[in-house]
Amino acid sequence: MIYEIFRQERKGQAFEHAGSVVAPNAEFAEAWAREQYGRRGESAALWLVPRDAIHDVEGWADEFDLKYRRVDGYSIKARLKEARERASSRPR
Amino acid sequence: MNELLLGLADDELVIGWRDSEWTGIAPMLEEDVAFSSIAQNEIGHARAVYELLAADADALAFDRSPTEYRCAPLVQLHLLEWARTIARRWLYEVADEIRIAALMAEVPVAAKINREETYHRMHAEMWHERLRDEPRFRSAVTELWPYALGVVLPEQRGELAARVGIDEVDAVERGTLDPSFRALHEEMTMVRRSAPAGARW
Amino acid sequence: MAAVEIPQDEQAFLEYVQAGGQVETTDWMPDDYRAKLIKFIEMHGNSELMGVLPEREWILRAPTLQRKLALTAKVQDEVGHAQLIYRVVEDLGKPRERCLADLVDGKAKFHNVFHYPTKTWGDVGVIAWLVDAAAIISQKALLKCSYAPYARIMKKICWEESFHILHGRDVILAMVTGTREQFELVQEALDRWWGPLMQFHGNPIPREEDPMFIWRIKSQGNEEARQQFLEGYVPQIRELGLTVPDPNLRRTDEGVWKYTEPDWNELKHVVTGHGPRTEERLAFRRRFLDQERWVRDAVLAA
Repeated sequence: MIYEIFRQERKGQAFEHAGSVVAPNAEFAEAWAREQYGRRGESAALWLVPRDAIHDVEGWADEFDLKYRRVDGYSIKARLKEARERASSRPR
Repeated sequence: MNELLLGLADDELVIGWRDSEWTGIAPMLEEDVAFSSIAQNEIGHARAVYELLAADADALAFDRSPTEYRCAPLVQLHLLEWARTIARRWLYEVADEIRIAALMAEVPVAAKINREETYHRMHAEMWHERLRDEPRFRSAVTELWPYALGVVLPEQRGELAARVGIDEVDAVERGTLDPSFRALHEEMTMVRRSAPAGARW
Repeated sequence: MAAVEIPQDEQAFLEYVQAGGQVETTDWMPDDYRAKLIKFIEMHGNSELMGVLPEREWILRAPTLQRKLALTAKVQDEVGHAQLIYRVVEDLGKPRERCLADLVDGKAKFHNVFHYPTKTWGDVGVIAWLVDAAAIISQKALLKCSYAPYARIMKKICWEESFHILHGRDVILAMVTGTREQFELVQEALDRWWGPLMQFHGNPIPREEDPMFIWRIKSQGNEEARQQFLEGYVPQIRELGLTVPDPNLRRTDEGVWKYTEPDWNELKHVVTGHGPRTEERLAFRRRFLDQERWVRDAVLAA
């Protein structure tokens, strides 16, 4: 069985994919991944996930400009400039 | 006490030396990496204990004659074959646990060693589980059993027999030199012996 | 942003990778690209695995506990690299058992330097220092490989190689500051290894003609790598009082290293399976592959 290995470098950080090992069960996978990915103390924790358990998702359709959901959908520079100018010329 | 500690350190040194021979040729690449770490750990344990016993750990590790080593014959055997290698690892870890437990109260470094050995035991037990029904593994355990008994003190052998599940037999005692040990000693000291005083390694 | 679509025809795919695009295992790829990837990455895996053997012989002979541990750890790293690399090859479609079978049958190649004998403890230092230095130059150029799973494992591999270079340099430093005989041992090892080291990065074919560069599997040409090696390491060798055994070696004012033409016939002869230790080492590998097959059968059986 192929186990995908995810490695956390320091506590608090995200787990990142590191590679995979072929092992007959979780026990062997643990013994082997422990040494392959942590023998220099380079990992705080590992996740071992059977490859078959991963549900792969990719590809998003974005045909009609959904930029309003992101920061690059907003160019406030010109409007901000105008607003500032008006504010400074407005009598107090 | 020093005699016991020297026996422990020599056991760890020599089993580490023997097991390191698998580096690069173990049955699976994944196991190769794991097995090599264990060998390195054992040598690290030997070094820690030698440092308690002498100012120069290297001198103690390398510069004695073969008859001066106190290691059990179990660890001296040259077993470059997986069933016997893994049978030895398993028997050694069970014996080592009993022996170290008895030392922990008086020798702080033994407790430290014990914490690292926990992983070695998990590894040995995992292999034992997987191969216990393999005829090659079973005959290797039978063959090595008298040697395993020699790792622990006579009063600890009943416990070892109970844990391994085999009746006690006559042990191959510490102080016996396995014929293969001279060749190992020759090889492990050859570079060191090759240069006169003033050499640096 | 819409997900980047991997082009589904060969020409567009080529342009995509040449522009720095990266490919994942599950993406479509041209058959030729897949074949080149497998060939290149498999040879890298073979080299890690065969590279274990010349140094492994000295694991039992290391002269101090510290050296023993460091050398064992280095060889262990190489095995770990082979594991990472063969997993990548396996996901591309060639199982590890087949890679190993092709290797021991002499059907697959591995790097020239691993076909030579290791004669003394001086070799152990020279290999760890200079062979690994040459290797890390090639491997760093793979961090940008168009095949992303391979590029990713290279991070760990390069990180570990950097320890090897330190270990090797430390072994050399100890010996050159030891006895006269020890210094000579290092010089003698360097004399023997220089030829293979200069051949290591391959013929100086223009990178535009190198299929591995065209597909952006590697990101630098052979001569570029060799120049980088000379630039980085010749000064380090000379500062120890060692002599590089090439009377024609010099650096031009433009910073280009000139050297005696490496023996390309020797390189070809060696990597096609005729090196001084090729047969012996393959036989050794074959012996353990056969001897321990039952373990893989027993353990990996579901």
